Amino acid sequence: MTAWQESLFGVLKANGVKLVSYVPDAGHAHLIARAHQDESMRAVALTTEEEGVALACGAALGGTRAVLLMQSSGVGNCINMFSLLASGRFPFLTLVTMRGEWGEFNPWQVPMSKATQTVMEAMGLSVYRVDQADAVVETVDAAARFAFESDQAVAVLLSQRLIGRKQWTSEK
Amino acid sequence: MNDTSALDRRAVVKTLMSHCPDALVIAGLGSSAYDLFAAGDRDLNFYLWGAMGGAACIGLGLALAQPEKSVLVITGDGEQLMGMGALATIGAQRPPNLAIVVLDNGHFGETGMQKSHTVQGTSLTGVAAACGLAWTLEIAQMSTLQQLSQRINARKGCGLANVRVAADALPRALPTRDAVLMKNRFRAALGLATL
Repeated sequence: MTAWQESLFGVLKANGVKLVSYVPDAGHAHLIARAHQDESMRAVALTTEEEGVALACGAALGGTRAVLLMQSSGVGNCINMFSLLASGRFPFLTLVTMRGEWGEFNPWQVPMSKATQTVMEAMGLSVYRVDQADAVVETVDAAARFAFESDQAVAVLLSQRLIGRKQWTSEK
Repeated sequence: MNDTSALDRRAVVKTLMSHCPDALVIAGLGSSAYDLFAAGDRDLNFYLWGAMGGAACIGLGLALAQPEKSVLVITGDGEQLMGMGALATIGAQRPPNLAIVVLDNGHFGETGMQKSHTVQGTSLTGVAAACGLAWTLEIAQMSTLQQLSQRINARKGCGLANVRVAADALPRALPTRDAVLMKNRFRAALGLATL
């Protein structure tokens, strides 16, 4: 765990997020663990990421702020469900950990990684990308305010350089 | 194709709504939305016109946000089949105030009445039970709707009812397609701020 990951949890809490849904990613492991520990939050494991889009819209109908945590490969699973956000102008916040870019070992992660920002923007989401640790808190705070105060659909991409590339083999 | 023993879907939904007048209701796209609208429009109805497979998880989000209200998802077999993983997600959360009612005509009614999986081996109540939902009901008679309504109103366990309805193509009863309007009137009816 690095300092920005704990700060990120604080930003979500400060913005009133009560529902945290996720398909796990190592880059989100700290947030997921903190959401499960926090009695004021509800953490929901999904079978596929599009469930989290629908979940967030239902929560918004009932007055609860939600966030969806996923990795870039999961964005492709959401595309048609994103139409719910645009049609209903629902508030929506997602934090996406990027695979398939900085020093990636697994080529299967690359195609969806390259398409992530493009398909989200094509479906009407605003997309912010973070490469530097000192920009995480400010960016996610702005994204949350934009989502929940202006009923906007917003994604923050946390770059693979920021979260660290996945370690597959012991380093020599 | 028509099973004469199967129920009239419009009558099923009208009866359910008369027994559960306070429920917050999400309707899956297609005939389920038309059935709900035909039973009487209300601010606490949200009709889907797309997002196929999403109805149950919208209901889950709403049920977690409004634990003191009964949340009812009314959808078709085709819509629920597309969101079958959602039953596992719901089974893990088990909000006691969530009920899913599948109007099962065994067909994809909106697109030419092609057979769905529920007449070829899949039991959605079997799936729901295996996912850990607290109760399931197979309904083939109008009189069983009383028991279903009691469970919806009691909010003492999440469950799924599969209602065998006739595969009739009924006249369409079209609700608004404006989801921003539906969202805002729904929130206003709950006393929540709108943008």
